[in-house]
Amino acid sequence: MASSKAARIGEDVWKSRTEKINTEIVTLTYGTIVSSLCRDLLLPNTTSSTDYAAVNAELDRMGYNIGLRLVEDFLAKSNTGACQNLRETAEVISKTGFKIFLNITPIVSGWSSDGKSFGLVFEENPLADFVELPDDGRSQEELWYSNILCGVLRGALEMVQMQVDVRFVSDVLRGNDTTEMRVTLLKYIEDEMPPDDE
Amino acid sequence: MSYYFTIIGTKDNPLFESTFGTSKPGTGDGTARFRDEAAQMNQFIVHAALDLVEEVQWTTKDLYLKKVDTFQNNHIHAYITGGNVKFMLLMNADPSLTAYSNYASPPPSRASMAKQGGLLAANPTSPQTEEAVRGFMGEIYEAWVKCIMNPFYDVNSEVTSPVFRGRVSAAAKRYL
Repeated sequence: MASSKAARIGEDVWKSRTEKINTEIVTLTYGTIVSSLCRDLLLPNTTSSTDYAAVNAELDRMGYNIGLRLVEDFLAKSNTGACQNLRETAEVISKTGFKIFLNITPIVSGWSSDGKSFGLVFEENPLADFVELPDDGRSQEELWYSNILCGVLRGALEMVQMQVDVRFVSDVLRGNDTTEMRVTLLKYIEDEMPPDDE
Repeated sequence: MSYYFTIIGTKDNPLFESTFGTSKPGTGDGTARFRDEAAQMNQFIVHAALDLVEEVQWTTKDLYLKKVDTFQNNHIHAYITGGNVKFMLLMNADPSLTAYSNYASPPPSRASMAKQGGLLAANPTSPQTEEAVRGFMGEIYEAWVKCIMNPFYDVNSEVTSPVFRGRVSAAAKRYL
């Protein structure tokens, strides 16, 4: 079955063909990135109020750049062929992709009725260990701490001809029960001629 | 019996403080019973004890420095972390006995009442006291490490996390 094959590939690659790094280095580095962004991206005309929308956008942009390159690494390591449909794609992302790079397997759930959108529920999020959002009243409502992951998925899927919208809908750092990310397929990208080719 | 717990940073700046009473059944309900002047005097006494902490810290490899100072009937226990942050616990068996001024004579000792119920401050150097405070400090240390791992916390700045405050109160209820 597709999902167990994806899980098996993920396990194999995680065990044998990846170099490992200490989790806490990743957690602390990512934490520094987010808190530096919060210090640097301020609302116009203020000295210390963070513009959380800009932080979210910046994290997404950073993730997008990562995703564009990461997908090549992923395909090389895992040797999976093309996925036939969105369901297969979802399984491969959660069981192989996240497993190889973060050693977590988010659960695919919440398929929409038209089959174009699904949710990924994260039981554990290594990027957000030990984090408490700053209590300035707004961060709880406005900051998506792990937004870089959304960008990574968006960039990676764009390189395999799928245009998606990825966003977080809930986050335990904000006080919700679960951390859930919603992925929606907008369209399959057709190859187009460059605009001014002769 | 009342406690005043404070965390002091590397520049002798206070980062956190909390006042509570013993929660042992039969002796207390968790609220502190300090006198009014105690608010400033507690801080003053604890900061005066910092000199002794700095002397003692070089004599032992242990992070827990036990009782470092006494002032009238306040006893101060200290724990130092790897980052030179000091946790100071001031305990006072019977705050109404403490007369801060040199001129007023303290009221007659009521030590016999204090010893009932096994109050820790009644015998500040006893092994049970030291063990209880060591356990308390150990739990605070764990909570402290988690708190400073938070990327949004600036090291050596004030700790405002309600999670940390909750953990301190829980540890106090368990050990003191």
